[in-house]
Amino acid sequence: MSGIVGYGAYIPRNRITSEEIARQWGKDPRSIQRGLLLEEKSVPGIDEDTITISVAAGRDALARADVDPQRVGALYIGSESHPYAVKPSGTVVAEALGIGPEVHVADFEFACKAGTEAMFVALSLVDSGRVEYAMGIGADTSQGAPNDALEFSASGGGAAYLFGRDRVLVDVLETYSFTTDTPDFWRREGQFYPRHGGRFTGEPAYFKHVEAAARGILARSGLKPEDFRFAVFHMPNGKFPLAAGKALGFTNEQMKTGRVVTTMGNTYSGSSPTGLAAILDVAEPGDRILITSFGSGAGSDAFVLQATDLLPSRRELGATVRSMLDGPRRYLTYGEYAKYREKIILNH
Amino acid sequence: MREVAIVAAGMTRFGELWQTSLRDLFVDAATEALNAAGVDRLDAIFVGSMASGQFVGQEHIGPLCADHLGMAGVAAMRVESACASGGMALRAGFAEVASGLSDLVLVAGVEKMNDGADATAVLATAADQETEAYQGVTFPGLYAMIARAHMETYGTTEEELAAVAVKSHRHGALNPKAQFGRVVDLQSVMTSTLVADPLRLLHCSPVTDGAAAVLLCPLRDAKRFTDRPVKLIGSGVATGAMALADRADPAFLDAVQLSAERAYRMAAIGPGDVHVAEVHDCFSIAEICCIEALGLVERGHGRHAAPSGETALGGRVPVNTSGGLKAKGHPVGATGVAQVIEVFEQLRGEAGDRQVADARFGLTQNMGGSGASSVVHILERV
Amino acid sequence: MPSPRYWREIPGRYRLEAGRCHGCGKVVYPTRRICPACRGAEFEPVLLSRRGRVVTSTVLRVSPDDFVMESPYAMAIVETPERVRLMVQVTDCEPSTVQPGMEVTLEFRLIRKEGQSGILCYGHKAVPVVAADTARSR
Repeated sequence: MSGIVGYGAYIPRNRITSEEIARQWGKDPRSIQRGLLLEEKSVPGIDEDTITISVAAGRDALARADVDPQRVGALYIGSESHPYAVKPSGTVVAEALGIGPEVHVADFEFACKAGTEAMFVALSLVDSGRVEYAMGIGADTSQGAPNDALEFSASGGGAAYLFGRDRVLVDVLETYSFTTDTPDFWRREGQFYPRHGGRFTGEPAYFKHVEAAARGILARSGLKPEDFRFAVFHMPNGKFPLAAGKALGFTNEQMKTGRVVTTMGNTYSGSSPTGLAAILDVAEPGDRILITSFGSGAGSDAFVLQATDLLPSRRELGATVRSMLDGPRRYLTYGEYAKYREKIILNH
Repeated sequence: MREVAIVAAGMTRFGELWQTSLRDLFVDAATEALNAAGVDRLDAIFVGSMASGQFVGQEHIGPLCADHLGMAGVAAMRVESACASGGMALRAGFAEVASGLSDLVLVAGVEKMNDGADATAVLATAADQETEAYQGVTFPGLYAMIARAHMETYGTTEEELAAVAVKSHRHGALNPKAQFGRVVDLQSVMTSTLVADPLRLLHCSPVTDGAAAVLLCPLRDAKRFTDRPVKLIGSGVATGAMALADRADPAFLDAVQLSAERAYRMAAIGPGDVHVAEVHDCFSIAEICCIEALGLVERGHGRHAAPSGETALGGRVPVNTSGGLKAKGHPVGATGVAQVIEVFEQLRGEAGDRQVADARFGLTQNMGGSGASSVVHILERV
Repeated sequence: MPSPRYWREIPGRYRLEAGRCHGCGKVVYPTRRICPACRGAEFEPVLLSRRGRVVTSTVLRVSPDDFVMESPYAMAIVETPERVRLMVQVTDCEPSTVQPGMEVTLEFRLIRKEGQSGILCYGHKAVPVVAADTARSR
C-alpha cells in the first residue's frame, strides 16, 4: 500500500501580532482575538516565497524519507502565490532538491486547496505504479489586503509530502474530493490582492464543502469520528475549523494538535498540510488521522491516514512544526511588516 | 631596458565637477602636462579608466582622448584594473618607454563618476560578480569585512581607524586640488553615519571627478623637458584571489605585498628607504592594511601608525601627504596617476605646505577591487 | 542578472555543488576549470554542508538599488566544514548581532529580483543557529 514516506514543514521566523495589526487600523485587538481566534501570524521574510518555503519543507521530507532525490518521479506544488505568473515554481524546487531531470513537474492552483491537490495527484501516481516516489507540496506567502479581515490571517508557510510504497510512515487508507463552482473568494490575473464575498465564504462555501468531504470520506471508509485520534480542517481563521469539526462530531481534543492557525495564521495552500505535519510530529503508530482541506471556488479534499511503526524514529530527522512555531522568532512592527510584504512603493 | 623618467605632470582639481565632461577632464590634465614640458607631439597615450562605459556610457576612450587632445593619429589605448587602472597605465607606459617602443608617452587616468550613474553599483562591478556582487555586497561592505577581520586578529579599534581619516583630512586641507579642504576631528569621524559596520561615512573615500597625467621619456632625454626629472626605478604588479572569501587571511593584502616585493627588488631599495608614500586608502582600513603589506610598518602594527603620528607629515614616513583617496578624492581610474604626481612633486620639492624635507625615494601603491590587483612604483629624485 | 548567466550557475547556487580536486583534495566553490591550489584540472562533485561559521562580517546600510528593500542587512564570509568560504547575506536576525565566530546554517532564499519584471534569482543565505532549527542543518 502506498503512503507518506517523508514529510517536512517550514514556517518563517517573523511574526506580527493581531494586536499590532489592529492598532494600525484603530480596531479593538480583543475583538479580533475573540472573533477570529487569531493571536499572531507568520510573516515571510523579504527573501522568502513559495519556492523557498517549498525547498525548506522538501529538504526535510527527503531527509525523513532518506530517499535518493533522483528516484522522485513527480513533483507538484500547490500555491496561490507562485512567484511567477508564467514559469513554474516546481522547476526551481526540483533543481534545489536534486530531483530530476527525469521528473514530471507541475504547479497547481485551487485557492487554499492546491496543496492537498498536489498531494492527491502525487499519491495517485505512486498508487498507479507510474512513478516510484512523488512529492506533493502546499506552500504560500498569502496575500491579504491592508485593513481587510484577511490581513489578520494571511501568513507564510507550507509542508511537503513524499509518497512511496516502501518504508511508509503513514498509510493512506482513503481519499475523497468534493467540488462545485462557488465564487466565494478569487483573485483576477494581474491583481495583487484577492477579493472575497464576506459572509458568503462561510456557510455556502467553507462549511458546505468541508463537511461534505468529511462526511463523504467517513461514509466511504466506514469510520466514525471517534475512530480518529487527530483531525485537521482547513484553517482560514481559528473559528471555522472548530465549528466545522464540532458539526461533524469531532472534539477539541482531536483537533487541537493540528489547529496551528492561532499562532501561524492561514498559510492558504499550506494550511491543512502544515496542520497535518504538526500531527505527524506527535502521532503514535496506529493512530488514525483525518485531514480535510478547503479551496475557494470551491472544493475540499479529504484523506484518512494511519501512522505506522516507522513514524516515531523517522520524524526525528527533520524539524517539528511546534519547534518552528514556538522557537526563535522575530516580532515585527506594522512598518517592518509593510516593508517585508512590499507594501511600500520605492522610487527606482 | 632603458631608464625612464617622469618629466611633467598635470592634474585637474578633484571633486564634483558638474561642468566638465570626461573628455574635457582628460584634456585639461593632459594639456597641463604637455605645456609644462613644452611638448606638442606624443608617440603614445595610455589612459587608465575603470568604468567609463558604466559611468558615462563611453567605451573606446583611447582614440577619444587622442582626438580631443588634437592628436588623432597617435597610438592610444585604455588600461583597466578597476581602481588600479591609473597605476597599471603607468606600468604600461613605463614598459613602452623602457623597451624602446616609444620615446614620448603620456600616461593619464580619468574618471567621471558624477554623471548620474549609481556609483555604488558601478564600483561593485570590480568585485566577483558571481560570488560577491550577486549576493548584494558593496565595496564599503568588503572593506568593512576586512576591517572587522583586522579588529578580530590584531585588536584594531574604531578610534584607530578614525585616526587615519583625521590624518588624511589634515593633509588634504593643505592640498589646493583636494576634494575636501577641511580638517575633521576624531569625534566627527566616529559619529558620522554608519555605511557598513564598522566603517562610517568619514572612513570612505568620496565619489569624485578628475583626471591626472604624467609625461614619460627615456632618462637620457629628460633634461630636454625639465631640469628636475624624477626617475622611475621600480615597478611591481601582482594579483591575488579575486574574491575576498578566497583569501587565506582577509585582514592581509597578499597582492600588495607581492607587488611591493617586486618593486623593491627592481629598485634595489627596501621599505626602510622610503621617505614618502602614497597608498590606496579607499577606506581608512585600507591604509592600515597597505602600509603593513608594503613593509612600512610591521604586520599587525598598522593600527598604531596614524595615532602615533608616524605616517603624518613630520613623522617617520609620511603617508598620503596629498590627503590620500580619502580627502584628495578618488576618481577611480585617475587615482593611480594622481598618486604618482604627489610623489613627483615631493621629490622635486614642489609640494608646498605638504613638503617632506629632503625626500629622495618615494613610493606609490594603487589597488584594484578588494585587493585582487596591486601596482607599486618607486620613484627617485635625480 | 541576465537569465543565461544565472541559469549556468544553478547547480552551485541551488544545491551548493562544489568540486573536490583530484590532485590535492581542496574543495572549490563555485567549481572552476583549474584548482587554485595545485592547478589540477580534475574534480569530483561534492555537496557543501549547509552550515558553517562566520569568519568576518558587516552590516550594509547603504545598498545597491536591487537590495534597498532589505537594507540594512548583514553580510558575512562563512566557512563550511569543507573549508570553503562563501560570501552570503545573514538573514532572519538583527543584523548587528552577526559577529565573527557565530555558527550559522545555510538556507535556500530569494537573493535578488531583476527589477519589476525580470527573473527571480535564488541561492543560499546564512541564518544564525540560535534562530535556526538545528535539525534543518543536517
